[in-house]
Amino acid sequence: MSALPTENRFADPDAAYAAIVDAHEGLSEAESAAFDARLVLILANVIGDLAILRAAIEAARKR
Amino acid sequence: MAQANQTASMNTAPFPTRFAYARSEDQGAGREAHHPVVVIGAGPVGLALAIDLGQRGIPVVVLDDADRIGDGSRAICFAKKTLEIFDRLGVGKPMLERGITWNVGRVFHRDAELYAFDLLPETGHGMPAFINLPQFTVEAILVAKAKATPGVDLRWKNRVVGIDATSSGASVDIETPDGLYRINADYVVACDGARSPTRALMGLDFAGRVFEDRFLIADVRMIANTPTERWFWFDPPFHGGKSALLHRQPDDIWRIDLQLGWDADPEHEKRPEIVGPRIARMLGHDRFALEWVSIYTFQCRRLEQFCHGRVLFAGDAAHQVSPFGARGANSGIQDAENLAWKLAAVVKGDAKAALLSSYDVERGQAADENILNSSRATDFIAPRHAGAKRYREAVLNLAVDMPFARRMLNSGRLSTPTSYDTGLSTPDIDSWTTATRPGSPMPDAPVVRAGGESDFFLAMLPATACLVVFGPAPETPDDLAVLRVGTDIVDCEGLLAKRLDATPGSAFLLRPDHHLAARWRHPIHDQILAALDRLRGKA
Repeated sequence: MSALPTENRFADPDAAYAAIVDAHEGLSEAESAAFDARLVLILANVIGDLAILRAAIEAARKR
Repeated sequence: MAQANQTASMNTAPFPTRFAYARSEDQGAGREAHHPVVVIGAGPVGLALAIDLGQRGIPVVVLDDADRIGDGSRAICFAKKTLEIFDRLGVGKPMLERGITWNVGRVFHRDAELYAFDLLPETGHGMPAFINLPQFTVEAILVAKAKATPGVDLRWKNRVVGIDATSSGASVDIETPDGLYRINADYVVACDGARSPTRALMGLDFAGRVFEDRFLIADVRMIANTPTERWFWFDPPFHGGKSALLHRQPDDIWRIDLQLGWDADPEHEKRPEIVGPRIARMLGHDRFALEWVSIYTFQCRRLEQFCHGRVLFAGDAAHQVSPFGARGANSGIQDAENLAWKLAAVVKGDAKAALLSSYDVERGQAADENILNSSRATDFIAPRHAGAKRYREAVLNLAVDMPFARRMLNSGRLSTPTSYDTGLSTPDIDSWTTATRPGSPMPDAPVVRAGGESDFFLAMLPATACLVVFGPAPETPDDLAVLRVGTDIVDCEGLLAKRLDATPGSAFLLRPDHHLAARWRHPIHDQILAALDRLRGKA
């Protein structure tokens, strides 16, 4: 199991959060979900590491 | 509606497709005959196995319950490795002549093309990525070859109704138009298909997964200028919300595959007045004739063990996949190739029976790989829940201009041979840069024979174990075939050395099925002997 970085890595975390949330503005539930799916796939490819991806999925699932 | 005979007569001439029952001398002989190997089922797997065994000097009786090649729309895509096996068996040429060669697939989403892929993007291979050829033509060519192979005894209308396996062999009860008879065999290989009667007679569990979707598979005859490529549509305007596949076969026959959904009524969907308009919407015209129509559900499942004492299972009798990826017939023929040399060695006494357990390990690995790939493709084509649908939509959307998403888009991962993780391989001691590793199928390359003729590397290999050496040959045992690159063959474009990462002094020990067993930069005699022992199951 890869170590999943959970400490903040952004210089401006508020801006990162706002960027994601703002992208959903004006979207319906379905559009919002479709947007997230595209974003997750793009980010997953940027990570490009199946072990880290699985660790992230596990971390999100156990909440 | 289903006029498959028409197709058969078009495609198989001059290969016969109906065969007469003939009483064998084993019937009414007063005593039960004994044979080293009995193969049950004269489909592509059983026939390929019988021809291979025959060519290795092992007499084999093939039992089939029918007296003709089954019609209908079954396998059409035969992959590179399968063609290489056919070529070794001496039927590569007629298959290639009758088949339609293709390397390119295209994927469409709604009304736009997303991208195209080439399954064989490099030159210098003797065989194409795929040919399309109806299974009954393949079987007709194999039957003709089997009949011409000394030691192969094909028995039509011989239905196996009982099997009694012991630790030293098996007795097989056979029903014929002349009544029942019984033969004994050292080994029985069941190649009798997905509904294997042998499997049922032995009470073996065939566990796996059913996909809750229905697909219409139709072969239509039409004149079309569409290129010889595999075209796959997600959610096309002519078949809203579902997938569609169009693939060319020889003689103006086209394979069409339309997803219908789990709720579709198979009897209703099969009616000509329903199928006809569906296909007309897809093609944009009605200038076609229906040759064959079937409604399928798909399953992925396997026997837990392929070897049950002296009864072995191969092909669909051992494992079943969905058709996306052409992994059914191709994996079955690769089962036959894996088993043939091992069974021949065991029957001849050159290897211990334990060698056969490597068949279970290696082809079990292949079956798992095929089931995994075909399950993933089917799940992509027929997403099972809302989240899966959403992610598929995202992949289709991103694939327009993002290469990574094209790699996730799955319209079927087409059959490639398995690199075996096996005790027959000798682990590397030197370092190599290729993806080919011990257990992998050997890559092909253009070569020039000693006589000056152009040929291909794989076509030069014997059906036995063989040491391929670059530069001066090391000392080798007398019974090992040696192919010297530079002397026996010339690596005319340097591609063989490149694809193997070979340097002067390198040697590659190949299995009889042309998978790599061992490789060295500078081998010594003892290393070669040890690797050969391993390969023969003695280590």
